[in-house]
Amino acid sequence: MTLEAVKLAAEANQWGAIFPELLLACLALALLALEIVLPKKLHAYIPDVALAGLVGTLGGLLVNFHSATLGKESFNGLLLHGPGGQVMRVFFLLTAMLVCILARVSLAKQKVPRIEFYHLVLIITGAMMLLAQSNHFVMFFVALETVTIGFYILVSYFRTNTASLEAGLKYLVMGALSSGMLLFGIVLLYGVAGNPTLPGHSASAMHYPALAQFLVANPHNFLAGVGIVLVLVGVAFKIGAFPFQIWVPDVYQGAPTPVTAFLAVGSKAAGFAVLLVLARDVFASYDWLVTPALTAMAAATILFGNIAALTQHNVKRLIGLSGVSHAGFLLLGVVALSGPVASVSATGAIYFYLFAYLIASFAVFGVMAHIGGADDSEQTLDHYAGLAKENPFLATILAIGLGSLAGIPPFAGFLGKFFIFMAAFEGGARWTLVLAVVGVVISIYYYFGWIKAAFFEQWTPPADTADPRPARTPVNVVSGIALGCLALASIFIGFYQGPLGQWLTMK
Amino acid sequence: MSPLPFDPLLVSIAAPLALALAIALGLPKRWSVLLAYGAFAIPVLMALHVWWHFGDAAKDHGYAFLTRYSTGLDGLGIGLKLGLNGISLPLFVLAALVGFAAGLYATQSGAERLKIYLMLLLVMQGGLMGVFASVDIFFFYFFHELALIPTFIMVGVWGGRDRSYAAMKLTIYLTLGAMVSLLGLIMLYVKSGAHTFDLIVLRDHLAAHPLAATVQNNIAGLLLFGLGVLVSLWPLHTWAPLGYGAAPSSAAMLHAGVLKKFGVYGLIQVALPLLPDGLAYWAHPLAWLAVIGNVLIVGLITIAQRDLKQMIGYSSVMHMGYAFLGIAAGGIIGPGGVVFLMVAHGLSVALLFLLATAIYHRTQTFAMDEMGGLAQKTPVLAAFFVAATLASIGLPGFANFWGELAIFVALWKFSPLITALAVAGVVISAVYGLRSAARVFFGPPTAELTKVTAAHFPADLTLKERFPALILLAALLFIGLWPKSLTTPINAALTPQISAKIGNVTGR
Repeated sequence: MTLEAVKLAAEANQWGAIFPELLLACLALALLALEIVLPKKLHAYIPDVALAGLVGTLGGLLVNFHSATLGKESFNGLLLHGPGGQVMRVFFLLTAMLVCILARVSLAKQKVPRIEFYHLVLIITGAMMLLAQSNHFVMFFVALETVTIGFYILVSYFRTNTASLEAGLKYLVMGALSSGMLLFGIVLLYGVAGNPTLPGHSASAMHYPALAQFLVANPHNFLAGVGIVLVLVGVAFKIGAFPFQIWVPDVYQGAPTPVTAFLAVGSKAAGFAVLLVLARDVFASYDWLVTPALTAMAAATILFGNIAALTQHNVKRLIGLSGVSHAGFLLLGVVALSGPVASVSATGAIYFYLFAYLIASFAVFGVMAHIGGADDSEQTLDHYAGLAKENPFLATILAIGLGSLAGIPPFAGFLGKFFIFMAAFEGGARWTLVLAVVGVVISIYYYFGWIKAAFFEQWTPPADTADPRPARTPVNVVSGIALGCLALASIFIGFYQGPLGQWLTMK
Repeated sequence: MSPLPFDPLLVSIAAPLALALAIALGLPKRWSVLLAYGAFAIPVLMALHVWWHFGDAAKDHGYAFLTRYSTGLDGLGIGLKLGLNGISLPLFVLAALVGFAAGLYATQSGAERLKIYLMLLLVMQGGLMGVFASVDIFFFYFFHELALIPTFIMVGVWGGRDRSYAAMKLTIYLTLGAMVSLLGLIMLYVKSGAHTFDLIVLRDHLAAHPLAATVQNNIAGLLLFGLGVLVSLWPLHTWAPLGYGAAPSSAAMLHAGVLKKFGVYGLIQVALPLLPDGLAYWAHPLAWLAVIGNVLIVGLITIAQRDLKQMIGYSSVMHMGYAFLGIAAGGIIGPGGVVFLMVAHGLSVALLFLLATAIYHRTQTFAMDEMGGLAQKTPVLAAFFVAATLASIGLPGFANFWGELAIFVALWKFSPLITALAVAGVVISAVYGLRSAARVFFGPPTAELTKVTAAHFPADLTLKERFPALILLAALLFIGLWPKSLTTPINAALTPQISAKIGNVTGR
């Protein structure tokens, strides 16, 4: 390498732009190194290192939130560091922290290796952060596959449990299928946009701005339309939107509870971060295709998720299907964004909804982690009967989390739904909005049924056998503080949005 | 502004909520009960204070004591704006009074897990004060929901017969109503183009740029359906008797007495000034639904009730029919009569629920067939009950009379036929009201009752029970004998709205 090349590389040093992701990758490797180096009795502290590292990264990110790279592309346009990407980085770091806290509760009940779990969580988090900022289909696909492959392992992490293994296989097959479709769509788009006989063609059509330019110049190209639909299908698999939600109940049930939470919150949010950019910026000129497709998908997803969740008795399936309905509400926000009358507040509404969903979901998953026994996949509403008497703390957290998920004031979830509904109305999705209202009313039944089980019902164990329910795990200090903070945050954000609200209502 | 160094409206909302939070964070029980007295009393003091100073307070668009607090959503035109006008003032005072009575009754009720029970009541109380003090439609809705959640839990945990089913039904019906009305409010927000939920700004904006007729009709339709469910408009009323039948007494007092009025209040405060043509469009179907469904059908069902608490629940559904009739009739007298009736009915139905529970404690049953002759043992209880029943029927001298009278007067201009049917409803309510009083208190005691009373002699109303009942009864009599105390502010608040409406119609 000549001196000139080194100089150029130094001048164009863009590694600082992805410093948080690099930090996570180094931390992930350091965990493995620590496992080799440290004596066995100190291994219990390695998860704390992961958690501390995440907290540190989040702190650094928040301090440098308005960094110099904000709004700029880096790595030849592979990444775009927009404000949305910055918000999603914070989101994923929070998610990872909470997953680590849940894992400490759940993994303690299993005979499985510990450290690799945290390693994978950190890697996936880094990849999701890159995914949310991707500005190029290559970056997008590579980051997405990193996330998905990490999840293949995590879903079947309880390898002695058949349900976990089955879930892993299902996730693998469905994930591979969706990746295939996504890749096919990308290739079609790349191919057609590279056709030199068409106006606006580009040699680097994987680059979002170049592709968007091409799509504007060819607003009714059939092949491009097929490519767009396939890309949307690939993303729809990840967010669990109807009709690509079939894997959700089984995988959510079989996966270890922290992984279910990670899938439900992290993976879904990653999908929406991508969809937001695609529908709003890249595919904007194909709104004649994207908007009807997403509208139909949103309506079907809301109805399916809520109706299917009605009859569930296993809470992990229930929360999975309710998560499907939340994907539907979020899709409604994306519809508002991609429609002919784009709603200005929709982007902020979607981010707010995601954060409210994060806070509420982890409160519920946190309680689930404490209720579940050694067989993580079997957890029914019966396990919650009498919880309010035995452990009022967990019961209160559960009620607040479920109330927020149901979208009841004064919890943050209400504001999320409210903003989404307002955006959808502005965006002209009136009839889908009516369906969404019906969906909310249906959802009250099963969320309330869960609260009812915890608060109103008494548990009488069968007389002849031992109590089939696993013992409840006592709440330790860290998870207790985390759950308490989540519950208080749900209430506090519901009452006072402060700078968060001011930021979200900005364009 | 009020002469106090702090905002009385904010304090009346925050005091109950703050104590509820303190209890949730682990305040010991002895302190909780003691402080709860204070937290229920503060709103009453504040309400009396603002009522006293309302007449000479500086007003903007009829609103006094205006203050605005930012919660960070200014970009969307949402902010916690508090203030009272002549319509919300009576209901604000009502919420404080009924809340105080319900709180006092709860502290002596000896309910299981009393701390949590009080905490939920306090949340409800804070929400109720917020509903009537909010000038921002978003917070008006928000506080209503805040007050609604504790109802579900209280019915489910502390309720009586069928509590689980009743709680579920209540939740689903009321969520449906709330969501549909939210849809209507969102539509109003977007279609008005003012991008604010501030009622005062919206009123000015819509006076200058009235909404198209179809838009008004659609929004009014959504609001009528949604708020109609919340106020138990026939045929979506079935949650009410069931829920009240199962609810613990303090929750029933607060919900039937105050929270249920949210829907009617919303129609008068929001729909009437902002969507006058939309309401006029729906007036006839609404009036027929109310008079045939709520007044006559539900009235006849009420007569057939054997369970005392269910009967009171049905009777409150029936009286809400008059409220809808008053709104349909329009003018100044119609809605004015409705506000009056809401206050009167809120006081009387809360009193009836309180007394029904007091009767239950003495007879161990709500079945009226199994009571009888209780007056000999408990004359004071009997006197209270008869007075409450007479008030609820609308005997002159009690507040309810003036409200119903005003509604009938307004209704006559709207449709004499409907008026005739509605007046027939008064006879129905006299039948079930007097019959229930006769069955419970007079005549010979039944065999079941004798058995129960033989086991433990029923004591008359204790002082702790008498005090909250006395507050409610005194308020009923006070308003009944001096109706001007309410009509002056109501009149002042309604008059400019109607003239603005006429201006709109002629200006178009």
